[in-house]
Amino acid sequence: MTSPRLPLLRSGEPSPRHPEEAVAGEALSPGRRAFLRTAAAGAAMAALSSCGTGVEEFFQKHFKELKPDELARVLARIERRNRERFGRDTKVGAEGPRAGVFFGYGLDISRCVGCRRCVYACVRENNQSRRHPQIHWIQVLEMEKEHGVDLSHADLYYEADAVPRPGKFYFPVQCQQCRNPPCVRTCPTGATWKEPDGIVVIDYNWCIGCRCCMSACPYGARHFNWANPTLAAEELNPDEHYLGNRPRPKGVVEKCTFCIQRTRRGRYPACVEVCPVGARKFGNLLDPESEIRRVMETKRVFVFKEELATQPQFYYFYAT
Amino acid sequence: MGPRIGWFLLLAAGAGSFIAVGPAVAAGGAAATASETLVEAEAPPFSEGIFPCSSCHGDLPKNGERRELAFHDEQQSIFSHDAEHRWCLDCHDLENRDVLHLTSGAKVKFSESYLLCGQCHGDKLRDWRLGIHGKRVGRWDGAKTYFLCVNCHNPHAPRFKGVAEVVVDGKPTVAPTQEFLKPEPRPRRPEEQRQ
Amino acid sequence: MSGVTEFLRGCLREVTTGNRSYWAWIGFLLAAIAVGIAAYSVQAGAGLIATNMRDDVSWAFYVGNFTFLVGVAAAAVLLVVPAYVYQWKPIKEVAVLGELLAVSALIMCLLFILVDMGHPDRFLHIVPIIGSPNWPSSMLTWDALVLNAYLLLNLVLVLYLLFKTYRGQPYNVRVFLPLVLLSIPMAISTHTVTAFLYNGMAARPYWNASILAPRFIASAFCSGPSVMIILFQVLRRAFRFDIKDEAIWKIAELMAYAMFLNLFLLGAELFKEYYSATEHLLYTKYYWQGIGGHRTLVPYAWLSLASSVVAFVLFLVPRTRRRFVTLNLGCLLIWAGVYIEKGMGLIIPGFTPSTLGQIYPYAPTAVEWGIAAGVFGVGFLVFTVLVKIAVPILVGTFRAPERAQGSEPSHAAGAPTP
Repeated sequence: MTSPRLPLLRSGEPSPRHPEEAVAGEALSPGRRAFLRTAAAGAAMAALSSCGTGVEEFFQKHFKELKPDELARVLARIERRNRERFGRDTKVGAEGPRAGVFFGYGLDISRCVGCRRCVYACVRENNQSRRHPQIHWIQVLEMEKEHGVDLSHADLYYEADAVPRPGKFYFPVQCQQCRNPPCVRTCPTGATWKEPDGIVVIDYNWCIGCRCCMSACPYGARHFNWANPTLAAEELNPDEHYLGNRPRPKGVVEKCTFCIQRTRRGRYPACVEVCPVGARKFGNLLDPESEIRRVMETKRVFVFKEELATQPQFYYFYAT
Repeated sequence: MGPRIGWFLLLAAGAGSFIAVGPAVAAGGAAATASETLVEAEAPPFSEGIFPCSSCHGDLPKNGERRELAFHDEQQSIFSHDAEHRWCLDCHDLENRDVLHLTSGAKVKFSESYLLCGQCHGDKLRDWRLGIHGKRVGRWDGAKTYFLCVNCHNPHAPRFKGVAEVVVDGKPTVAPTQEFLKPEPRPRRPEEQRQ
Repeated sequence: MSGVTEFLRGCLREVTTGNRSYWAWIGFLLAAIAVGIAAYSVQAGAGLIATNMRDDVSWAFYVGNFTFLVGVAAAAVLLVVPAYVYQWKPIKEVAVLGELLAVSALIMCLLFILVDMGHPDRFLHIVPIIGSPNWPSSMLTWDALVLNAYLLLNLVLVLYLLFKTYRGQPYNVRVFLPLVLLSIPMAISTHTVTAFLYNGMAARPYWNASILAPRFIASAFCSGPSVMIILFQVLRRAFRFDIKDEAIWKIAELMAYAMFLNLFLLGAELFKEYYSATEHLLYTKYYWQGIGGHRTLVPYAWLSLASSVVAFVLFLVPRTRRRFVTLNLGCLLIWAGVYIEKGMGLIIPGFTPSTLGQIYPYAPTAVEWGIAAGVFGVGFLVFTVLVKIAVPILVGTFRAPERAQGSEPSHAAGAPTP
């Protein structure tokens, strides 16, 4: 039996390029030609669809009210759309939560070195818009050891040749999947809700884009598609979930879903797998022998902005 | 020819899996729970041509005196593992260089070097066995791969700097590097994302 | 229903008759609306990225305008209270104009919400039965409910009163008065619910203060009626509408008290923030002093305060209150002061610094200005049209044909049934 395929660390992989880095007069590689073709087709589609959504989509009911056959039709329609938009076959599932599972996440801030591999692994796994706008579900803050966890001395935009920098520590933030989520409370249409396994999800076809949830979230974990997401066909992850990483339309909110397309099938989220220092822990809080339970029982665990009583399922700890 | 190769590969895979899982369970490398299956990652490669050590040390005289060596500069130049108090033969066995030894004198294979680390770093070993320390990949509800100490920590300069992906026997694994990791690009500021 | 057709035809006639200044004003409003439509088509195509809103500052110009206009709509009540609660005749004759302003302001509010949404085509998702409103948890569902209810109430009141007056008939006080009195708590509730929208967010300490709802009411009452004061002077000159000076001065006096309350509550907030000096001071500091090199809002903060204080003095001192030059200056100043306070002074500092401590200095784009101009154009056009119809009815020149000859004394029309 071969060992399960290890995710690449991507330490040597070229980083996502900004358009300003493109060199004028550079011969177009086949990949880039395909990208431009797809982008042009995508732009045409966007112009057409900006006038209004399809009729079927307009009348689509809320996800929780869809009957199984209606859901199957909705998923098929999304796969069709993906093929039109990206020219690729995708598989969009809608796995439900498993009984007896309540996810917990642990982040070891004595280990995080601020390399941001998690940020980009998440982007690749979850089909975020790359540059117009650029959406990152994980935001890594560089903080000062002298000040501790102090947001008035936190830098999201740190640049360095080597991490960790002396005197600094790193504090990644993503959706905390709160047990008492202010975003769910404030959403006027019920487009976001908490699933039984703890993941706070969004029905992208129900969201009206009012952004109340973004104002309500204390962790800056919710992000908005200010424009049609920039996502090239070759960047697309075809393994998708309706409530998770399927390509989103413009004008809706999105956020970390604990890689719902992976975790509901038993796999670790992408960020957990790519972290080179093993700072991320994930598992079932209801299983007394899971890694996350062991963390909570043996380590000093705290939650971010505890005074707001959001009761996250995301725990920070110091292993040493 | 085809089917026979198939059978052979199946047997080899079966044997390989036994070998992979065996030490984990037998030597207590990591503690599997009822629902978990733990798979050990490939160890990073030795320096080229250095193993088996006995190919040279079988014939060389055995000198246990602490000194600066004329050879093994690759390890000696970076040595920072309590360098003030320790030197090579505190871990490497004087009599048989193909193995390591614990403070009790008991011999330990290179593939079980974590036992050696655990002598002093017991808290890390306990955490590592539970999956709290160190990276794991795979399934939270099933088969997962755990990494050895030496996958991330160079035993001669163990303070973590960086890791890189390497391929050993056709399988991807990780090995420690002497350079720190370079962070991925910073996010674009909102004002850099104008229309 | 020929009466209704006749009425509508008459309305159309009133709206299309006017002097040069009237048509210049209409032309200006239509131009603003055209700009708004052009700007909105850019936004509809590109998405809200055409604005300068980003994840860090996800509500800004549109929501700021919305908040201010809800206050203006609520302020109609400032006329209703003396008119119908205290039966003060000078204001009673003109209270309906306040309701017309409320209607126009509410239409602008709803438009600002629509242009701010990422998917306005899905607005039906908030409607009961066909949608799935998250009521009673979500404050926005309450807001949608009370704003539409208040709009409906005002429309009913206005249409009933005007139609009855047009017919030369007295209105039924038993129907009318309870509805009018209902509009008082409804007006307060619209603005309180809007305040609660921000107030309830623990994630934004700048808003998460109990003082927010009282501040909203105070600032609404001290700014909204200033439009009425200016309008009354215009109507007196243009239509020879008999509006007594005392009515205007009384409104100004009530506004002065509201201005005092507004400044007092501001002072209370500033004390709490600067004296306790917790980390939450950062938001207030960003607005009044700037943080690091980021000082975008600072000039506006002090301009708003200066305008509000000067306006307060002008309104408080009877001599300046009764001189129309200083009164009108005060109206402009308080309108500007509260507009800045509700928009830049409330929304932007609530988001700056962000929840993760980062600063994004926001300023609106041309598209946002264009769309806002269009929405204001629509609102003022609606108001102009409504006033153009209402004033002739109230004055007596626009009546139902069968009542045109031997018209009843004006005090019987638009008066309660004896």
